[in-house]
Amino acid sequence: MKNLKVTTAILAIAFIGFTAMSCKDSKKEVSNDEMHSEMNHDNSDGHHDGEEKEMAMSDDQNGSSENILKDYFNLKDALVADDESKGKELGAVLVKSLGNLDVSKYTDDQKSELNDIIVDATEHAEHISESPMEHQREHFKILSKDVTDMVAITGTENTLYEQFCPMYDKGSAWLSMSKDVKNPYYGSKMLTCGKVQKEIN
Amino acid sequence: MRIVKIIALVLLVAFVGIQFVPTERNQNKSVPATDFMLVNDIPKNIENKLKTSCYDCHSNNTQYPWYNKIQPAAWFLEDHITEGKSELNFSEWDLLSNRRKASKLRSIIKQIESGEMPLNSYTLIHKDVEFSEEDKITIIQWMTQLKTNL
Repeated sequence: MKNLKVTTAILAIAFIGFTAMSCKDSKKEVSNDEMHSEMNHDNSDGHHDGEEKEMAMSDDQNGSSENILKDYFNLKDALVADDESKGKELGAVLVKSLGNLDVSKYTDDQKSELNDIIVDATEHAEHISESPMEHQREHFKILSKDVTDMVAITGTENTLYEQFCPMYDKGSAWLSMSKDVKNPYYGSKMLTCGKVQKEIN
Repeated sequence: MRIVKIIALVLLVAFVGIQFVPTERNQNKSVPATDFMLVNDIPKNIENKLKTSCYDCHSNNTQYPWYNKIQPAAWFLEDHITEGKSELNFSEWDLLSNRRKASKLRSIIKQIESGEMPLNSYTLIHKDVEFSEEDKITIIQWMTQLKTNL
């Protein structure tokens, strides 16, 4: 009698167990579907956004390299201020503006160079958006090189200053809108370490 | 007592059940011409080190350990391999531009230097994948050279 009970219990549990498993699987599928549709939704939204912006901004500011520079400088200021969460936030903003760059007006060589720069810079900006301050700064170094190379192709309306700190990671450069040195690699620890090494424009 | 038995049974059944969920295997018969080892003139000792310690998650060919036959370990591995390959895939090295190679090399050097890679969870189980201080120096030197010569 006892044996019978135990056997029934095992069978019942096995049945429940397998049902639960298959439930989980089908749920997984459903959530996958949801994800797909959400993604599609997002895509169409993005598209929509783009259209709206195009209409709103007839002077073609969206997709310009100036937008990337603006977001780069905001990110730089967050690093200067030792603001980790702002750095993350602005890293994500920069990912977006990098993705929006319109390369259609450039020559084929410039296009492929720009696309290469954008892919690289995007990866660094993504890392910045999810890393602690120390890592943000490491990636900001390469990002700065990418942005500098971008400006060499796209040019810019403003005068920029390439600044250089010989101490951080065997020497590191960054761009600034101002001549005053405010070091994004050290922040308050060594705010004025560095010098202007080049004027752009 | 009874409740303990039931819980143990449920766990056992769930454990047996998940063994039937298939996983994808990251294995390929041929090594593509874009592989890091084929496009670079790499010393044999460094090649072996990298293949042992990095290629399981950062290439198109994983040497699976025995515990990959057991769930949920296989899921855990699958996640790591997918993520590892999306960050860096040695099998597709030569598809990258010089700018991207320089970026990747910089990350490789930094992460070996800091001990971030190979992952602790990996070196814990596989003692042979851990880099000694000497290994680190040799590999970093060589990688730095490669980066300068890009």
